[in-house]
Amino acid sequence: MTTMSALADLLAAGRRVAGHRPWPRIEIDRADWERATALLGDGTLALSGLWGDAGAVHMAVATPAFDALAVVTLACPDGTFPSVGRVHAPAIRLERAAADLFGLVSIDAPDPRPWLDHGRFPTPPLGRSDFRADARRPYVFLPVEGEGLHQIPVGPVHAGIIEPGHFRFTANGETVVRLEQRLGYVHKGIDALMSGATLERAARLAGRVSGDSTVAYAIAFAHAVEAALGDEAPPRAQALRAVMAELERIANHLGDIGAVCNDASFSLMHAHCGVLRERVLRAAASCFGHRLMMDRVVPGGVATDLAAAGAATLRALLAEIGARFPELVAIYDGTASLQDRTVGTGIVGRDLVMHFAAGGHVGRASGRAIDVRRTPGYPPYDRLAFDVPVLESGDVDARVLIRMREIEASRGLIARLLDDLPAGPVARTLDSAGGGEGLALAEAFRGDVLVWVRIEPGGRVARAFLRDASWFQWPLLEAAIEGNIVADFPLCNKSFNCSYSGHDL
Amino acid sequence: MRKILLENLIRGRLTEPAPAASEAALAELAGRLERSAQRRLGRSLSIREVDAGSCNGCELEIHALNNVFYDLERFGIRFVASPRHADVLMVTGPVTHNMREALERTWRATPDPKWVVAVGDCAVDGGVFGASYACVGPVAAVVPVDLHIPGCPPTPQAMLEGLLALLETSAKG
Repeated sequence: MTTMSALADLLAAGRRVAGHRPWPRIEIDRADWERATALLGDGTLALSGLWGDAGAVHMAVATPAFDALAVVTLACPDGTFPSVGRVHAPAIRLERAAADLFGLVSIDAPDPRPWLDHGRFPTPPLGRSDFRADARRPYVFLPVEGEGLHQIPVGPVHAGIIEPGHFRFTANGETVVRLEQRLGYVHKGIDALMSGATLERAARLAGRVSGDSTVAYAIAFAHAVEAALGDEAPPRAQALRAVMAELERIANHLGDIGAVCNDASFSLMHAHCGVLRERVLRAAASCFGHRLMMDRVVPGGVATDLAAAGAATLRALLAEIGARFPELVAIYDGTASLQDRTVGTGIVGRDLVMHFAAGGHVGRASGRAIDVRRTPGYPPYDRLAFDVPVLESGDVDARVLIRMREIEASRGLIARLLDDLPAGPVARTLDSAGGGEGLALAEAFRGDVLVWVRIEPGGRVARAFLRDASWFQWPLLEAAIEGNIVADFPLCNKSFNCSYSGHDL
Repeated sequence: MRKILLENLIRGRLTEPAPAASEAALAELAGRLERSAQRRLGRSLSIREVDAGSCNGCELEIHALNNVFYDLERFGIRFVASPRHADVLMVTGPVTHNMREALERTWRATPDPKWVVAVGDCAVDGGVFGASYACVGPVAAVVPVDLHIPGCPPTPQAMLEGLLALLETSAKG
């Protein structure tokens, strides 16, 4: 059975919910939920999200090529649902989060420990009337047994200027035998804050799920809202959104390439990448009024138009990056002491990135040729040809090289967008009287962001779920470091650069 | 690589002139610092950054303080890896309940005299996340704060002005 027909078959089994756009949402029964789970387990379908709701659980599934998506919904009148994580590991942490936030218990779950709930909330999250009793108990890390093993606990407060999380390393000498992550430290309750929020406030929240991807989140949220309300942004706004998204991608990749090299004590790259990154942020501030371009993308369009002088500023920026960046790539390629640290370090296999449907450079460095700008695609990328680099080696080096090539691709994209910038308005007022449900994917610098939103008639958000690419990348970092030396962890970690805030919500 | 190093020698420097210390920060700091503390620290500050729930936007801009344009180290201000080496805690985020204990323990691990700088709107008043079951709210609700630097996120320039005010005030005495 092809993946397309498997999906179609699954969708035919349930009841289609009206007003869910652009992909269908289907209410299915427990037997079909188990069937969907089996299709995920054998790789026929890929998991793109799993989230709780009042009395129900939703799952976004896609074909492995991401050319078709659907949301399947199972009503959970007794607060339980058959575990997806039982046969499909990528669902495990999402199920733990759904249990913490909605009290939904996944039956036969392989890992029933709490995840985002550290037993510290003074009042229950969302609609819950109770706490998970076990969240108050000390967190038990997975057992590790063997001769000569020692543990290194790291975090939540780390040595660098980075987000908080806990890493429990078990090492044999210098070699990491197991890494176990514990996240949730920056859980801010975004799901609950979204419920009841006006679209304006919800867009501001979406733009602060992960600050480094504020543009990508704002785009995904705006697309989901526009889909729910059956509208779309004017062409000029779509082009400007893409200009901002590509600037954000370039800025983040520059920062991370420099930081990976810095973690190998090669500070020259760090300094030079830092110069180019600062140039990007300054150009963004001058063109769009904010260095990170927060709150510039809004449902219905963009909040700031680009003046002619702004376009000239961006062209000058592209020229500078074009002149300077290839030199930095050459230094990276030609420095043996640096390559010694990155080549062959932190390898993630193709089977794992396919199984986890890991997006971004993590997937593409290990042979998963998916970029949601291209497939399923969204405006304005659907009318632009651009390079989506893919490598097979899956190591730190491959993730750095993918990012380097993506900077080049983004540079080309911005140049073409500026050359061909449509005229006209940059925003339109959305008619939210009817409400609706929308689903959207947007490609952030670290991978695909999924946003699902239900809008009440009148325009308030009833429920929103925002899934960062990191959900399907964090577990792979645990796999990447296995068998590597402890000192290479910073390199592996930075080459992924998963989001803590985006994951912890 | 030789080419780029040589170019650096010729191509004037990118580091920009120091901004004036922020007036608002000077006013907030006036009277907060004890003379004994001022004498002991001189014109050098070690900073430990603590993300207590931020979206990571503030961290990106704090990172920028170390790039060649702002070059924080020229003022004798540097980021250190442990609170035990720090004079200043720069705290971001709407202090989540899950980070509260870690922040308190970091604060206790920082030797006296010490200052706390709350960076960003979330750290100042909870920001967009203030009303959540998962957030305590402003940093000042958990540890005493000496200086607030608002912004979402504050620009590196704004942070530099605030930190210079801290340095100015601590150097008097």
